[in-house]
Amino acid sequence: MSSRISTRTVIIVGAVVALLLAGVVSFYASSAPDGLEKVATDQGISEKEKAHDLDGSPLSDYGTKGVDNERLSGGLAGVAGVAVTFALVGGLVLAVRRSKREETSERR
Amino acid sequence: MHVPDGFIDAPVSIAAGVVAAGGIAICLRGARQELDDRTAPMAGLVAAFVFSAQMINFPVAAGTSGHLLGGALAAILVGPYTGALCVAVVLLVQGLLFADGGLTAIGVNITTMSLVTVVVGWVVFRLLTRMLPLTKASVTGSAFVAALLSVPVAALAFVGLYAIGGTSDVSIAKVATAMVGVHVVIGIGEAFITGLTVGAVFAVRPDLVRGVSDRLPKVELRSRATPGTASATPANAEVDA
Repeated sequence: MSSRISTRTVIIVGAVVALLLAGVVSFYASSAPDGLEKVATDQGISEKEKAHDLDGSPLSDYGTKGVDNERLSGGLAGVAGVAVTFALVGGLVLAVRRSKREETSERR
Repeated sequence: MHVPDGFIDAPVSIAAGVVAAGGIAICLRGARQELDDRTAPMAGLVAAFVFSAQMINFPVAAGTSGHLLGGALAAILVGPYTGALCVAVVLLVQGLLFADGGLTAIGVNITTMSLVTVVVGWVVFRLLTRMLPLTKASVTGSAFVAALLSVPVAALAFVGLYAIGGTSDVSIAKVATAMVGVHVVIGIGEAFITGLTVGAVFAVRPDLVRGVSDRLPKVELRSRATPGTASATPANAEVDA
């Protein structure tokens, strides 16, 4: 089946979609409070909300500190998040597979 | 549905942290079996996709929005153990890098948005697909229903934690009704995204949908070096070079 789409193609297409969503489409996302925020405000839960310890950090609230253009600031933060998430899970997968191989070889 | 600091008291936050840590430990063990040559490259992509999709808040009612949670999607594509790890990493990145989701609430958030959505999404998807013939429509529909249910159940899990450790004296019944109501609507969005994504992957590479890959016809692995046999090889049989 030469027409079969390779795993590499699936990964590349998926990665492009993820980068576009985080880097471009996110600008058009709704800024209304999400379901929990809305319920928490309506029901009096939010009165006890505390500010995040990392407010003001370089990428806090999905913006890039020092970048004034809103579209660029959010887009860069989104792309950074996609890259970091991909790298962390990729590293985790390698570590888990390595530990499996070591365990298997010890049993022999 | 990212819980900020201050909503849930310290004892319940710590207890949820213990549940989350235990869940992750179980997942790290379980993922060893799941992470074969097909799942491993997909895991990073699934996590990156869930992160990006969570940035896209869609309107669900006047002045309210929602976004994908992704637990059902991740579980269906890469398996429940790996899927829960993917979503947990997304939540950690959001809490530590983007100040989204309180640091003291990270256990609550991993429990509700990773562990609960993955268990509900996986169990419902497996039950439905087992009862149905394996077609693109049934896989898409099963993913739709699994994702739809996972969101209000996660919302209820939050309400459960809030009932024990909530910091404000409010009517739990009212909170439960409001949370389930809005999250059923958000769940419909979750269902469309999950159904379309799983359906698309199933259409091109059914073997990359972990939730059904064990039900695809089993064929001996053949290398591409023997073109004479390739035409008789079903879509799932080849191994990528």
